[in-house]
Amino acid sequence: MKADTSRAPVSQRAHTVDVSKNGNGIGEKISVVINDQKFSVPFGKTILEACRENQIHVPTLCHHPDLCIAGTCRICVVDVEGMKTLQTACSFPVTAPIKVNTSSPMVRKARRHILDLLLSEHYGECYACVRNNNCELQALAKEYGVDQYTFGHITEPLYEVDRSSFSVHRDINKCVLCKRCVRTCIDLQEVGVLEAIDRGDKTHISTFMEKPLADVVCINCGQCINRCPTGALRANDPSDQVWNAIDDPKKHVVIQTAPSPRAAIGEVFGQEPGKSYTGELNTALRRIGFDKVFDTNFTADLTIMEEGTELLLRLYRAIVTKENVSLPQFTSCSPGWVKYLEHFYPEHIGNLSSAKSPQQMFGALLKTFYAKEAGINPEDIVCVALMPCAAKKFECNRPEMNDSGYKDVDFGLTTREMGQMIKEAGIHLPEVPQSHFDNPFGDASGAGLIFGATGGVMEAALRTVIELVTGDKVENVFEHANITPVRGFEGIRYVELPIINVGPIPDLLKNLVPDWNWLKGVTLKVAVAHGTANAKKVMEDIKAGGKFSKCHFIEFMACPGGCLGGGGQPIPTTEEIRKKRAQAIYSEDESLPVRKSHENKHVATLYEKFLTDGPGGHLSHKLLHTYYTKRGKYIA
Amino acid sequence: MEEMINMAVKGKTKRNGPVLFSEYNRGEGIKTALDLSRDDILFEIKESGLKGRGGAGFPTATKWMLVAAAKSDKKYIVCNADEGEPGTFKDRVLLMEYPELVFEGMVIAGYTCGASEGIVYLRGEYEYMLSSLEDYLYVMKKDKLLGENILVSKFCFDIKIKLGSGAYVCGEETALIESLEGQRGEPRNRPPYPVNTGFMGSPTTVNNVETLAAVPHIIMKGGSWFKNRGTNKSTGSKLFSVSGDCKKPGVYELLWGTSINELLKIVEAENVKAVQVGGASGVCIPKSQFDRKLGYEDLATGGSVIVFNEDRNMLEVLKNFMEFFVEESCGQCTPCRIGNIKLLEGVKMIERGDYTFRYINNLKELGKTMQVASKCGLGQSSPNPFLTILENFKDEIFNTNLLERQVGGNGGKE
Repeated sequence: MKADTSRAPVSQRAHTVDVSKNGNGIGEKISVVINDQKFSVPFGKTILEACRENQIHVPTLCHHPDLCIAGTCRICVVDVEGMKTLQTACSFPVTAPIKVNTSSPMVRKARRHILDLLLSEHYGECYACVRNNNCELQALAKEYGVDQYTFGHITEPLYEVDRSSFSVHRDINKCVLCKRCVRTCIDLQEVGVLEAIDRGDKTHISTFMEKPLADVVCINCGQCINRCPTGALRANDPSDQVWNAIDDPKKHVVIQTAPSPRAAIGEVFGQEPGKSYTGELNTALRRIGFDKVFDTNFTADLTIMEEGTELLLRLYRAIVTKENVSLPQFTSCSPGWVKYLEHFYPEHIGNLSSAKSPQQMFGALLKTFYAKEAGINPEDIVCVALMPCAAKKFECNRPEMNDSGYKDVDFGLTTREMGQMIKEAGIHLPEVPQSHFDNPFGDASGAGLIFGATGGVMEAALRTVIELVTGDKVENVFEHANITPVRGFEGIRYVELPIINVGPIPDLLKNLVPDWNWLKGVTLKVAVAHGTANAKKVMEDIKAGGKFSKCHFIEFMACPGGCLGGGGQPIPTTEEIRKKRAQAIYSEDESLPVRKSHENKHVATLYEKFLTDGPGGHLSHKLLHTYYTKRGKYIA
Repeated sequence: MEEMINMAVKGKTKRNGPVLFSEYNRGEGIKTALDLSRDDILFEIKESGLKGRGGAGFPTATKWMLVAAAKSDKKYIVCNADEGEPGTFKDRVLLMEYPELVFEGMVIAGYTCGASEGIVYLRGEYEYMLSSLEDYLYVMKKDKLLGENILVSKFCFDIKIKLGSGAYVCGEETALIESLEGQRGEPRNRPPYPVNTGFMGSPTTVNNVETLAAVPHIIMKGGSWFKNRGTNKSTGSKLFSVSGDCKKPGVYELLWGTSINELLKIVEAENVKAVQVGGASGVCIPKSQFDRKLGYEDLATGGSVIVFNEDRNMLEVLKNFMEFFVEESCGQCTPCRIGNIKLLEGVKMIERGDYTFRYINNLKELGKTMQVASKCGLGQSSPNPFLTILENFKDEIFNTNLLERQVGGNGGKE
């Protein structure tokens, strides 16, 4: 039984402390009296956990279920009989019978004081804030009936707003120093960009040498945004520019939508997590004024073709021609992960698949293939991407991402921002009728769809690789083609797949390898990691020559849960919510007629009509592949 | 240079008292302790009634028993030499003049608790002592009082010294441990307590310099010898660092139970208006209460005594203390970080004459919340001067300013 109650929020590493180290009560139930009601609580649980399990409400602010315990805001104080001072429910472990009062006069007064103090230093007005009606401080003020600023209210901002980053904007005038962002960055993601500096009244959250966020090793994952209780952290919102483009009659504005926003955007409209709004979203986007509504999953399928081909080629060169190739191959769909690797393991950028992410492949094809097909000047095309992601905003602004001759993707919007645009257009999403995507980038496979969940890219790749190599149906190997060993929320997953039989080589790949016989008897070793803290573990293992260095293919996602837990997704986020979003994605996948990337007929058409030299060919290398930068700790 | 410092420090000991400064032969304590069983030592410490000398007054024997009983391969003895409370300088004197008492106390603590490593967390400003203290540790090692197989026994114990970086809050034991681990000095949540989960997650005792210095004497002379001095609940003696308006400022060893009046006589203070006992986080005592006694039953203190005579403006004094807390709060928890700012603002309002009693009462209530809702002792005690000075000197503070305001004095100016 572990509870990380002892750590200050500034721990430099994920650290749990065994509260029962010197106790003999492991597994024991402790009798606890809370507000005169008797409960039986497992040894080591915190008072907060005990209260929540028994439907007793205790307010929290710095506490977040994804993060280690801080105990800094003090709003959750409760009265524990026999203690001289009030105790924070979030950090106090139950190791002996105690009597707790969660709402004594002293507790209520203390909470009100703490709120008054926080509000006195919290600059800004609620109605001019991105988090209006979705702010934990605001909610607490309402809960405690705050109707005046007892200890005053700051009227001038103390700090400049940091708008340097393409992805994350920081306005620490709104910061309440709960340090959730610090714990997210240091403990959850193990990136370590944000930290409290100075002390006393000058304490504030800052970066290395107080540099702008764009100049430090921030990977733009945006997980800090998802966990900020106030509006101190937000994504860089380009929706005004998107509106301008929509309003400009000369512009042909196209939107591509990723799989994860569909599974979560309902939450922006007050719906329960776990239901996809794909069809409704399509209609809403057309009503807003987008000229075409396309599916990023189409280029996800294309990614599988390109990345899968690249993997098979790497394997061929390693096994048959004995060349020195970088294995394992790493996925490159997650721009947060890509930047993480560029910063922290620059010596491994050769392992990254050169295939672009689906978003960027889409932009490059839109302004070449689609422009030609539709007869539109690519200059007039505006490509907007609806993504669950903060890092995608940075990715589309990478200087190398203009292979079409134009900026491939003009704007990246998050799920939250799109929800806001839809609201602004007067549309209540859950009530609009459903409609389909436009073609030629409309009908995608379920394999592209599951990119949104951790393990999804791996599953999609395996569905295709297994069929192309063995000639057998995936359904014969895995029931309903659900490759469950790579699914789930365990931080790191490792799977071995022995290749017993091989089939004939498909036409599409004939010019790359002569046959599959060299793969006969090979055991394909793959792994999945989500959240950069887990990625770090895998990378350290690879550096040490461990199990993962023998892998052939590893899927990495920067965000916990994969894209569905991305930094652009609706707030709040918890593991429970992420699991529900995953459910929504997987059940939509099961309902689709085509569930394998190589069976997507539009992808086949694309290779016939446009990328005529096939996957990994010359044109696809020009448009669909990219290169990476060895950033290290010094190049932002 | 060193000589000058030595002079500066040594000259400060004004009265050699009957306990800590009584006769002691170097090495005796360790020698005697190693012949005793751990339980015997714990018994003697318990018998002595020794309590933490940093100010909180936690029974030393209880702390040691918890660490001794904890199951762990690694245990640590930490000496808290981060003497940062405004007005204290007794640990400096102990470390410079009686290092044998402090270090031998640590060795005995290590032997009793089953620890093999001791760390002295030395205040950053005491860097000048570092080399002489390390020299002393070297000599102890040479004499087999430290290191492998101390005095040819099986017991091994080593001491290293780490410097702090000037944060007041690092005198709080869990913040001290964070700082020792190389982190930002911020207090941890308790429980778990350091006796279970301390330095590097191992059981750790954190004891004040003066507490450890008392240990060799107790071992040599017995717990009851110590207990017979002082009062019932406050046994033994205490070092007081006296500063302010008196003729003989310095370090005094006095028995617990000494009244403030007696102390003022000893330090030859005249026309005294107020005495701040316990430093900035302590309480301010007016003349009418000078018969109160120093001790855990009434005025618990880490040893800082600041004397103010009739010429002092108590509001100035309060403002000074509050400015100190606004700056020295670690900034982690809400009540302490923002609460102290609000209390200081309140003091400035009074200074300007721009206040309402309703708001000042609000601030007093806030101070009481800070006492119970702050994360560590810093925030819990920082409202003490605000509450005690405003209460004990309300006539002076509120009336004077009202008068000054009426005659166009310095009211309105900061």
